[in-house]
Amino acid sequence: MDYPILSSLILLPSIGALFIFFTKSDLNEARSSKYIALFVSFLNLFLSLYLWYLFDQSISIFQFVENREWLGFINYKVGIDGISILFVILTTFITPLCIVSVNNTIKNKLKEFLIAILLMETLMIGVFCSLDLVIFYLFFEGGLIPMFLIIGIWGGERRVYSAFKFFLYTLLGSVLMLIAIISIYWINGTTDVTELYKLGIDSKYQNLLWLAFFSSFAVKTPMWPVHTWLPDAHVEAPTAGSVLLAAILLKMAGYGFIRFSLGLFPIASDFFVPLIYSLSLIAIIYTSLVALMQEDMKKLIAYSSVAHMGFVTLGIFTFTKQGIEGSIFQMLSHGLISAALFLCVGVIYDRMHTRLINDYGGLVSVMPKYAVLLMIFTLGAIGLPGTSGFVGEFLILIGAFKKSFIVASIASLGIILAAAYMLWLYKRVIFGSIKRDDLKKILDLNKSEIFILSSLTIPILFFGFYPEPIINTIEVSVADLIDYCNSKMLEQKK
Amino acid sequence: MINLNFVFPEIFISLSLMFLLMLGVFKKNSSVIIYNLSIISLIITLALILNRPIDKDIYLFMDAYKIDYLSNFMKILTVLSAILVMFASKKYIQSLNIFNIEYPVLLLSSIVGMMVMISSNDLIVFYMGLELQSLSLYVLASYNRDNLLSSESGVKYFVLSALSSGLLLYGCSLIYGFTGSTNFDFIMNNLNNNNYILSSGIVFVLVGLAFKISAVPFHMWAPDVYQGSPTSVTSFFAILPKIAALAVFIRFLYVPFIYVVDQWQTIIVFLSIASMLFGAIAAIGQKNLKRLVAYSSIGHMGYALAGLAVNSNEGIKSSVLYITIYVFMNLGFFCCLFMLKKNDKYYENIDDLSGISKNHPFLSFCFLIILFSLAGIPPLAGFFAKFYIFMAVIESSMYYLAIIGLISTVIAAFYYLRIIKIIYFDPEKIKYDKEHNIGLQFCLIISAIFILFYFTYPSWLNEIVSKISII
Repeated sequence: MDYPILSSLILLPSIGALFIFFTKSDLNEARSSKYIALFVSFLNLFLSLYLWYLFDQSISIFQFVENREWLGFINYKVGIDGISILFVILTTFITPLCIVSVNNTIKNKLKEFLIAILLMETLMIGVFCSLDLVIFYLFFEGGLIPMFLIIGIWGGERRVYSAFKFFLYTLLGSVLMLIAIISIYWINGTTDVTELYKLGIDSKYQNLLWLAFFSSFAVKTPMWPVHTWLPDAHVEAPTAGSVLLAAILLKMAGYGFIRFSLGLFPIASDFFVPLIYSLSLIAIIYTSLVALMQEDMKKLIAYSSVAHMGFVTLGIFTFTKQGIEGSIFQMLSHGLISAALFLCVGVIYDRMHTRLINDYGGLVSVMPKYAVLLMIFTLGAIGLPGTSGFVGEFLILIGAFKKSFIVASIASLGIILAAAYMLWLYKRVIFGSIKRDDLKKILDLNKSEIFILSSLTIPILFFGFYPEPIINTIEVSVADLIDYCNSKMLEQKK
Repeated sequence: MINLNFVFPEIFISLSLMFLLMLGVFKKNSSVIIYNLSIISLIITLALILNRPIDKDIYLFMDAYKIDYLSNFMKILTVLSAILVMFASKKYIQSLNIFNIEYPVLLLSSIVGMMVMISSNDLIVFYMGLELQSLSLYVLASYNRDNLLSSESGVKYFVLSALSSGLLLYGCSLIYGFTGSTNFDFIMNNLNNNNYILSSGIVFVLVGLAFKISAVPFHMWAPDVYQGSPTSVTSFFAILPKIAALAVFIRFLYVPFIYVVDQWQTIIVFLSIASMLFGAIAAIGQKNLKRLVAYSSIGHMGYALAGLAVNSNEGIKSSVLYITIYVFMNLGFFCCLFMLKKNDKYYENIDDLSGISKNHPFLSFCFLIILFSLAGIPPLAGFFAKFYIFMAVIESSMYYLAIIGLISTVIAAFYYLRIIKIIYFDPEKIKYDKEHNIGLQFCLIISAIFILFYFTYPSWLNEIVSKISII
């Protein structure tokens, strides 16, 4: 493949951002900058779908690899395999929806907001494509800058506090990863991921390096007890920011666990399984209980994200085909569902300027379309069969049952709790009687909102009934990864 | 026969400074001409240095003066940043009514001092360069003599710096006494490893040098001097002497005392850790931007010293890279400061930045990338600077140094973020003038482009620096 399709995927949004940077910022021009952003992001979506079409599902090696001289001893290397391609598509799918949604939410500095969103897209695609640890770190950390600004400039009342908390938490987690990356360079002489897969890292270093990577991914996932930045960041960020955060940023860590923790340090990963299991179970149960008590809708969904990501980490470290496939599936479906839920909250927040559950009630009689769509997303979040949420959680639990009955049973409790807090939320917001007079005048979804939410509904339902395309894409790569881990562990035992 | 060809840049700049001084004395109202002429003479000096590629090390004046790749690179960096600083600060000096003929002449003479320092291969030559540089800077610090803070900073800087020069000279004499020479190469070859008095000589010299780059615990002068001096001089302080002093640090540690690494390594590690942590923590409470720069530059010098502490060529290169990137970041920062002007009054408090993103999108964008870069967030240039340092530090397994360095990066990120918060998240307060002279805009754009696009092709600077080999 001669045409650098991955680099163009990464660069296109930045080029769009550059164009927007040079447009004038008065009101009419802001519209033109929006058209540029839409054009670029949709172009990227089609490009990534075309990439999926070109992608060869039967081999597990990295495809579309580009390798360029960059820093002398470190090369700019990108490529995708079955694990990463779907995350790229998720990114390119969510970003245009965010850009459509800014119509209703962002009132000032629209131009700058679009630039930030497009830069985020570049960085997020870069994270999923990079095949070199330093390049990965560059994209991974670079995302802090636009996200800090998105939360800080366009956020709610406590935006400063939340932005700082988000930034410093993530930075502190990541610097240890930087040390680990540099150490790997001096241990193995390269930071190229494919080379490192071949060479393997000496098992005496693995535990420490694993912990350093873990510190970064655990903050980003987020795992209990370092999840506290997430509710704050979610609540204060504007809708599009929350969507990006929940749908994609959190997935970067899950992806990192699969690609780096499992791939580079299989022995250490095996060693730390009890730690991961206990943290994941605490996350599932504890944050579900916390979610039950929330009065703020966004906070409730944020805590539910922590719980769902607990399932993901649990699934990854089962080392079973079902578990890892389920985790990837769960990440993709959670990306869609949480994005949809945050957008739903954004819809009523734009109208009523409150996120408190108690301020609502009886919306079904004034906003019927909204009620239907929110129902679908709520059921998806619970993991009802027929939605994509079910497939992921089901596979993870199969994987977990293979490993440990107790862990799996405790995790299953999480699903019940999820049903409790989501259905209760739905009941309080949608059903009942209308308490406030101004709620009677609330408008139902407008065209752009229907477009956004229904385009999220389609994949949620489609992949719930027919998960085949996703499973087919990831199957070979995951199987290969598990074989690789098992062979390394066998070597160690000998 | 001494081949003077190789010191032609130094000779040229000395002659031109004398000529400019004469011109200023005999021609009335010639300050503008002299300022411009001194910029031109610096450009010619730069061209002269660039004109002569160095293939091998050249020793002059009985081996007291050494011209090699490192010294050439540092001289180019010094002269280049001097040109940019002079471009950027011209308007500022004019509006402060300190636009006299002496100002550019003093700048030039301190640059001569720095060039001598950078090339020195002998304790006496090194001391001479250092004093030439410092004496010019004492005067410059108190140049705005009607201002109380400025005079105070000049006196403070003079007294403390004289003390440190005394210590340094005492160290030099101890070293001379126990090795029998002031020449670096000679000392290297005639070093007795187990001589404790010699080590105290090294310590004295290191203290003097640490004072010049304001490393903790010899940093006390920096915040007051940075705040009190006119901003144009502060920008000079924050950039140029550090380049020269770092070059001397490299030369002094890695030529005469290369075989007694264990005697000085701990000292450098301590200086580095203390500077990184102190710079990060003390900057949090600052209200004045210039004071904040002082603390931030203390922190940055800590990182540069971390590169020197590792005792490898990689470490030296990483320090040189660090200082190069640091120069551009600080230059950009000061350009932004020069732009905070309203009706000929310059603002320098952090609160004055409140909400400038509304009316000054370009200026605040530059501030944004410079601050993120100073904080070391990828993919900006500042990240690469730190990355190289940590590469070198971890190569020699000094993990504690790397971990402390990275933790202080996180602490430092807080106060940089605070400024960004004030610029972008707070309501607007002051509308500044929008028109700035071309030199200032040019400098800001240069440094912003350097910081923003460094990551696209980072290996060019790497390749230049990689030719440095000391060990």
